[in-house]
Amino acid sequence: MKYGVDEFGYYGEFGGAYIPEMLFANVDQLQKNYLGIIEDKEFRKEFLQLLTDYAGRPTPLYFARRLSEKYRNNIFLKREDLCHTGAHKINNAIGQILMAERLGKKRIIAETGAGQHGVATATVCALKGLECLVYMGEKDMERQAPNVARMQMLGAKVVPATSGSKTLKDATNEAIRDWINNAHDTYYLIGSVVGPHPYPDMVARFQSVISEEIKSQIKNLTGKDLPDLVIACVGGGSNAAGAFYHFLEDEEVKLIEVEASGLGLDSGETAATTQLGRVGILHGSKSLVMQTDDGQVTEPYSISAGLDYPGIGPLHAHLYKTGRAKFMSATDDEAVHAAFELAQLEGIIPALESAHALAVLNKLDVRDKNIVVNLSGRGDKDMDTYMKRMKTL
Amino acid sequence: MNRIKELFSRKKEKILSVYFTAGYPNLHDTGLVIQALTKAGTDMIEIGMPYSDPLADGPVIQHSSTIALKNGMNMRLLFQQLKDLKSLSDDLPPLILMGYLNPVLQFGFEKFCRDASGCGISGLILPDLPFREYEKDYKGIMEKYNLKFIFLITPDTSEERIRKMDNLSDAFIYAVSSSSVTGRVTDEDRKESYFKRLRDMKLKNPVLVGFGVRDKRTFEHPCKYLNGAIVGTAFIQKLDQGGNIEKIAQEFEQSLR
Repeated sequence: MKYGVDEFGYYGEFGGAYIPEMLFANVDQLQKNYLGIIEDKEFRKEFLQLLTDYAGRPTPLYFARRLSEKYRNNIFLKREDLCHTGAHKINNAIGQILMAERLGKKRIIAETGAGQHGVATATVCALKGLECLVYMGEKDMERQAPNVARMQMLGAKVVPATSGSKTLKDATNEAIRDWINNAHDTYYLIGSVVGPHPYPDMVARFQSVISEEIKSQIKNLTGKDLPDLVIACVGGGSNAAGAFYHFLEDEEVKLIEVEASGLGLDSGETAATTQLGRVGILHGSKSLVMQTDDGQVTEPYSISAGLDYPGIGPLHAHLYKTGRAKFMSATDDEAVHAAFELAQLEGIIPALESAHALAVLNKLDVRDKNIVVNLSGRGDKDMDTYMKRMKTL
Repeated sequence: MNRIKELFSRKKEKILSVYFTAGYPNLHDTGLVIQALTKAGTDMIEIGMPYSDPLADGPVIQHSSTIALKNGMNMRLLFQQLKDLKSLSDDLPPLILMGYLNPVLQFGFEKFCRDASGCGISGLILPDLPFREYEKDYKGIMEKYNLKFIFLITPDTSEERIRKMDNLSDAFIYAVSSSSVTGRVTDEDRKESYFKRLRDMKLKNPVLVGFGVRDKRTFEHPCKYLNGAIVGTAFIQKLDQGGNIEKIAQEFEQSLR
């Protein structure tokens, strides 16, 4: 596979496992076992059953008629927002909790930005009766308060990350430190296609159910084997990885990744990693990283906590470098505007993250194409932000 | 001869290596701290290169990194400080740079090695540079500049892997006393068997123990079995309390020996 991972965990020049020796035993165990476990018949059976009965899969591929009329394309929304817990994050959380169980781990830790991955992790830990600890940036705990309450109600402990920008990057640092300190009994349930090998590949595989479903659904809806275009937002890149996975080798399908440009690409307040980043090491893998000339990781900014991350998964860095995916960006304002538009044209309130993907529909120079937008999550958690914006619109 | 090699050829016991963060507490304290530790009789000095995301470090070293960066510390300035220091004094113990891979890559790995070597650095500790990548991409460059790469091992590192690192190394092995970040209070009993196991492996390189070493007792314990120990967090905590750096180093050294 041209866009798959090699035996050392690299996508082209990106990826690998840049971890201190304290994590080696854990990561090595995972590297040696993850494929065998994922391909195991019993594992697959339980995974698929939970995706169906518990998470509510398959999610619909919905033809958005009014949105399509407006943008003169056939726009299909992949309704990951209808998954249990409100976003695609549950797909990966289910896969990894089964992985943790098979590796005999008793304590689960996770990082979260928007709180969707934290909620998904707290959910599957409740389901399996495992101890759950979620690291979340202090700033994100404020702006995504409903998700903090959900995690707590599900029995998880939410620990504020107070260093740096107090967002996703710092929550990830704290989770990795916890993992180093508790290497024997703890499983680190990473929420995106980031981290040391095999996490990017493993998470992409668990999320690949999204594109697997799109592939069969688009055929039913359009009579064609493939969509023309798939659009997804990208922070670390798990929903994009899932929505693209089964189309990666079908080069006639155009892939568009939308990064959060915050207040604008040149504003200094942005999270558009491919536009501003350089090759570097972050959270255990080599990828594109927003950093100073001295190699200090910079603090990103986006209105969307889930996209507020200075890196990008190594798969996406590779898709960027090879030109397989086209990268676009949307500002805070554009995303909020797109969210209100979807709400009022289609009766669907999207998550702020997913709204970034919708925000490029008016920048496309194509007509009458079959376009899939991955609607990665729903907007309940963002109502506070939306209501503040409503007053100024 | 490489200074680390030279140290181990004449001293094999109770080696004390002290870590501190460059540019901390004040930007231009780097040279003062090195001179103070030298005067106090420290055998080896590890200079921390501050990084925004120090994953293997606990709160004390994280904090010192944050302050050092706020003070304006960067690689170019560090090399300048070390060069200035070298021109003042040629009787320093072996100096090692310790930090994370990303800033080194941005500086340019070869340029980094050349400059480090040029200002008297003898070795490099980069906990997040993996074994395979080191061997494949970086080993040759380090050897060209006579820099030693120091491998970390933990109680979970397999014997096979330790032997492999021992073979690839010719400085010393940095034995992390327990799988944890820096600055954690750790269980002494569990360490005993680990230290004995390492002693009995009869590695070709000396072994220094780091992480969790903070006072006389925790220094002497590894010294009973292995060649010495490394202290970081405890020294930075002393610096945090403020006062004359020379006096702090003197008292710190005395409190351990």
